[in-house]
This record gives sequence, C-alpha cells and structure tokens, in this order.
Amino acid sequence: MKTMEVYFDNSATTKVLEPVKDLMVRVMTEDYGNPSAKHIKGMQAEQYIKEAAEIIAGTLKVAPKEIIFTSGGTESNNMALIETAVANRRAGTHIISTAIEHASVYNPLAALEEQGFTVTYLSVDSKGHISLDELEAAITPETILVSIMYVNNEIGAIEPIEAISKIIKKKNPSILLHVDGIQAYGKLQIRPKRQGIDLLSVSAHKFHGPKGVGFLYVDERVKIRPLIYGGGQQRGLRSGTENVPGIAGLGLAAKLIYEDHGAKIKHLRELKDYMTERLAEVEGTTVNNLSGEESAPQIVSASFAGTKSEVLLHALEEKGIYVSSGSACSSNHPAVSGTLKGIGVKTELLDSTLRFSFGIFNTKEEVDYCIDKLQELLPILRRYQKM
Amino acid sequence: MQYKSFLIKYAEIGVKGKNRYVFEDALVAQIRHSLKKIDGDFKVRKESGRIYAVAESEFDYDEVVEALQCVFGISAICPMVQVDDNGYEDLKKQVVTYVEEFYEDKNFTFKVNTRRGNKNYPVDSNQINRDLGEIILETFPETKVDVHNPQVMLHVEVRNKINIYSHIIPGPGGMPVGTNGKAMLLLSGGIDSPVAGYMIAKRGVKLDAVYFHAPPYTSERAKQKVVDLAKLVSKYSGAIHLHIVNFTDIQLYIYDQCPHEELTIIMRRYMMKIAERLAEESGAMALVTGESIGQVASQTMQSLAATDASATMPVFRPVIGFDKQEIVDLSEKIGTYDTSILPFEDCCTIFVAKHPVTKPSLRAIEKSEKKLQEKIDELMETAISTVEKIWC
Repeated sequence: MKTMEVYFDNSATTKVLEPVKDLMVRVMTEDYGNPSAKHIKGMQAEQYIKEAAEIIAGTLKVAPKEIIFTSGGTESNNMALIETAVANRRAGTHIISTAIEHASVYNPLAALEEQGFTVTYLSVDSKGHISLDELEAAITPETILVSIMYVNNEIGAIEPIEAISKIIKKKNPSILLHVDGIQAYGKLQIRPKRQGIDLLSVSAHKFHGPKGVGFLYVDERVKIRPLIYGGGQQRGLRSGTENVPGIAGLGLAAKLIYEDHGAKIKHLRELKDYMTERLAEVEGTTVNNLSGEESAPQIVSASFAGTKSEVLLHALEEKGIYVSSGSACSSNHPAVSGTLKGIGVKTELLDSTLRFSFGIFNTKEEVDYCIDKLQELLPILRRYQKM
Repeated sequence: MQYKSFLIKYAEIGVKGKNRYVFEDALVAQIRHSLKKIDGDFKVRKESGRIYAVAESEFDYDEVVEALQCVFGISAICPMVQVDDNGYEDLKKQVVTYVEEFYEDKNFTFKVNTRRGNKNYPVDSNQINRDLGEIILETFPETKVDVHNPQVMLHVEVRNKINIYSHIIPGPGGMPVGTNGKAMLLLSGGIDSPVAGYMIAKRGVKLDAVYFHAPPYTSERAKQKVVDLAKLVSKYSGAIHLHIVNFTDIQLYIYDQCPHEELTIIMRRYMMKIAERLAEESGAMALVTGESIGQVASQTMQSLAATDASATMPVFRPVIGFDKQEIVDLSEKIGTYDTSILPFEDCCTIFVAKHPVTKPSLRAIEKSEKKLQEKIDELMETAISTVEKIWC
C-alpha cells in the first residue's frame, strides 16, 4: 500500500474549511474596515461580527449579546475564571474544579490560589467522570464558582453537565458554572440555558475554523469584569479592534458544523467505533476511552504495551499518519498526563499512550491504513527497547 | 556628530610575516560578509596596517558592533569620527565637539594620544597633545588630565583625514575563519558541541558539521534544533554545510548484534568513522567533538581512547578540560545555550543501557564489532550515500 496522508489529530487542531477560508480572504482584502469606524466600510465590517454572534447564539439558543469574541480557548478560560472570581470575591473565595482540566484552566486557577482563593479539585473514576456526591460534599458557603470540562481532551469523557448544574444550583443558585467546551462545541448540542451553564469557552480551530479566535458565552446575569482593557469594544468587556476575519470565519465554521449535524456526528462515531473495534485486533493494546455514546465521538485513546508513545508517534509520522501523544497542547512538557493517571491507566502504560482524534474529513479507509501500519510497526518497535 | 566609521584592530595576524596579507585579506572578507547581513551599506578597506569599515548609509550602531564582535581575528572595535583636515584651529573645534557629543558626564580624567601618519602636518604630536588637552580643560572645567591612568584615552590620528576615537570595544580575538583549513564538527544538539565548534572556528578553522538523525527515535524537531544550532555557530564561523546522516539502521543493527552495555561506545565509533568519511569528501582535515573527560560514561578516558581509535584523522576536543559549568557559561556567552537545552531526545540517549561500560577495552570492543561484519559496510555506505546536506 502506498503512503497516505492521514490526519488523526483533529483534537489538536483542524483544517479550515474552504468556504471559511474564502470568506476570511474577502474580509481581509475587501471588507477590511475597522468595525468601530463611522463610515460604511466600518459598518460592513461590523455586520460580519453581528452575523457571527447571531449564528453562534443560534447554535446555543442564547442571545447574541451573550457572546464575547476572544483570541481563543485559552483567553476564554482565563477570562471566565479570573474575572468572575475577582468580580464575585465578596460572595466568597472558594472554587471547585476537577483533576482532568486543561492547562488553560489549571494555570489561571493556580494564579487565583496565589491571590487568596482556594480551589478543590475533584477526582475522576476509571471512566473519567467526576463523582456527583464528591461535588456536593465539596460545596461550601464560600463557593462562588465551579469549572468543569465538558469533553475531556485526552480520552473524550463527557461530564454530566446538567446533573452537575442541578446539584450546584440547588445548594446555592448564585454559584456560577463555567464549562470548558473547547472539545465539546461542534460535537454536542449544547443548550446553556436549559443545562444551567453560566459561562462556556469555545475555540474556533477545533471545528474547522481559524486559529486565534474563539468566544466566551456569558449569561447576561453573570457579574464579570474584562480581562483586557482598551477602547471599549464589545461593550467594554473585551477591548481591542475585533479580529473581523477570524470572527467571520468562526461564525461560518459554526454554521457549517451544525448543518446536518446528526450525520456528521454519526460519521465521527462510526470512525471511533470502527477504530476501537480494529484496535482489538492489535496485540498488547488497551483502549482507554468509553465506547459508543458514552464518550465524545471524535476521540480514541489507546495504550500500546512495550512502546514509547513518542517513538510510535514518529514512526507513524513516517508513514504519513499524524496523531498525538497525550494532549498535543501539553506535549512540550514531557509531564505525564493527569487525565490518564486520573482514570487509573497503569503506570507503565502512561508513556505508551496515543490519542487518535477524528474530523469530518476522515474515512474508514484511513482507519484501515492506520491499523495496518500499527501492525507493521509495533513488532519492530517492541523489539528495540531501552534496557 | 555621529560615528560613521569603525577602526578595526587585529592582534595575532599582525605577526604572521610574509603571509600577513593572506590573513588581512581573509579578515576583510569576513568583515564584509558579516556586515552584509545587517542593515546599511559599508565599505571595508585595508589601509597601512589597519582595517576601516565606513558606513555609506543609515545603520544601527549596536547591530554593527554586535556583528563585528562575531568576527574572529578582530581584537578591538573602535567607533570613530573622521574629519577632513581643515587646519589646526578646526581640529581643535572638532575635538571639542567630539567630547561634547559623546560624553554626557564630563566628570572624567583623560589623556590625548596623537599619532601623526602625515609627517608633513605643521604641528608635532606632543604639541597637538598639549594644545588639545588645554582646550578640553578650558571648555569643560569638570575634566581632569591624568597621563598615567586616564579614564578616557582620546586618540587622534592625523593622516590625510583625521580620526578621533576614544571607545575601544573588545573583539572576539582569534584568527579569521578560513585561514586555517576546515574541520568536521560532530553536532549532537547538546550544550557542548556548539561550544567546541565555536572554539575551533576561533582559531581560523572553517567548519562543516555532521548530525546523526535516528527517526523515529529522534524527531524532526530534534533535527531542526541542530539546524538552528548550526546557524547560531555560523554567526561566528561563516556558513556551515550540515550533513545529516540517517543512523537508525546502523543503531538497530548494533543493538541486535552487540552487548547492550557496549552499545553507546560502538555507536560512537561508527559515528566517528562516518564523520571521517564525510570529512574526507568535503576536504576537512580533522574532526571536532564536544567531549569533556569524565562527563558521561562514553567520555571516560578509556571510552575516549576507544572512540579515538576508530578514526585516523586528528580529533580535536577543545572543551576536553572544561567543567560542565564552564561549558555552559561559554554557551550562554555565544548564544547557543537556550537552543541547546530544548528538550528533544538525541540518538545517543535513546538506547542507552542502564549500566553502560565505563572502562571499555579496545580489544573487547573490537571483538564485539566483529559481530557486525556481515552488514555493517553496506549499512555505512547507504548512510553515507543518502546524506542530506543543508547550508546553515
């Protein structure tokens, strides 16, 4: 079989859709006005932002004014955590999160701890789910904010957001729920109003939109301060000339991903199930994600006994297959994955784990090719090991 | 008034007898080359035992100094003001302006040091020293003369034009690259080898480099890191032709055939052999490594001796007597440290045994290598014929 190019790293980032690219080029070269400018060119640019906010609001069934455009997931998480914590400090200084969050949640929380906030990190079970009892027990009269990842980026575990919200709001309706929806938006139908989500972070490049842009949904009743100050754009909540091409691209990507959404998700789920099924044929392999509808449709995590994930990754790369070891965002730090440890993956397998993540362009043939190459490479790699 | 010219002083090449012009020309060529890479047009010329770089357009002073500080052979860089000879009174005026412009705080001791290249100048050097000293003292009463230990030594050179300078910035020393042949540097991606390359280049040696790449055990990023390091060293050494050898098959073959605790040492011997072959092909006359005695198992005296025996060319190890910290300090100084410490595996660490031999006997190693007879020559030929070459 010839070498194919197989991109199975869609949870790291995705390819931009053609119409999204075309729209962005048009905004950059023709409708390039500053949305704050008083003339028609400014108004045209502003129109793109309005449209994007309307599209996104439509996908979530919220109001367009509840969408704040940001530079991406990291900024959204930072703003959601730091600026609600500080704005609501008088109500309390306790925050609850989990042991399997992304660094862009962990590090702002660590910064808040330095400023006198206390954070409780909930553990997860072998499926990657938090315990609702543990959550309930963790809530104190001081608790002001709970931040939970919707879909885990390493194993695709889906946290029970509605149940979480019910528990929190029953104890104290003014506790805010922030959801890191970066791996969830575009994959799940999210209804913040119905599910009791107060803040939701989303990044465009995870669903075939451009990098460097995302949004934070903020329920209109939430007290929050800006993270970035300046000329007062976006009602003063996020200053800086808007990234109009990025925002327009984000809006269109959101529209396209939620068009015929059921079929798209069915396709991803079929790929996931097929990959899981075929991995069972590969000797010495453990699949870490849950099957079927119990986990996100796009992520397969598997451990290959007797290999080093980074070497296997590069060996697959030579065959044109791109995957990631642990979570790509954190692969610069060789620290062992908190999620995998959290769900109880055996110590000797932690450094033998790869993540395969699918996007709408992937096919079953690519899964077959990937399995063939794994069968070919694993015996060789297992033979040559560090003593 | 602003600096537009640089007087460039050189030390060692001044004593090379009849070959002197070869060294001077090489230095001029290196200076031209390094100034070509920065903003501005410069004329570099040699004139009676000195080299001048004169800006003919706008330039950034700091950038020029930084570029010149990377040119081996330069002992000092003196930014200077060059004025036309419009008579003695005008010279006094120019010198006063010089002090006015370049010394905000006039509270210093000074001495004027005049040299007359133009012996027809109507005033002699001592008289010029006295007159200029006097007018400076008169104009700036805060200044003081100190003939023994002045804080500012004001040099005035009277030639067809007049040069005034007082700042002397140390250069990197050494000899102009290209005046002492070429060597092949074994570049690993660590801290030591770029420093070793720097030190050999400093002696006027042109560098080529070889990197042993072992995909999939080493990544494309590890390779890119070595390319980046070669580029950093090339700021001093001039362009480096980097040879990238795919070493995986040889490494795995050794793994299959030889005792694991000897793996590293045997691997290094084959790296030397391949490096030597590539050196011969590119006209290099020696190998350069970043080894330092006792730093790791493969750098004990016994290991070094066993490695050394695999090559017939001289192997230079300029950091052999340095402590790690001394090498680190030097790598920070030359600007390679931050790149060197990026965390990517190099092929030496991938298969390293838990307890590698630290006192290998050459005879035992050679006996183990006999087990490689069947395929090793063929694997080496393949590795050499598939070398990828990149200009850095």
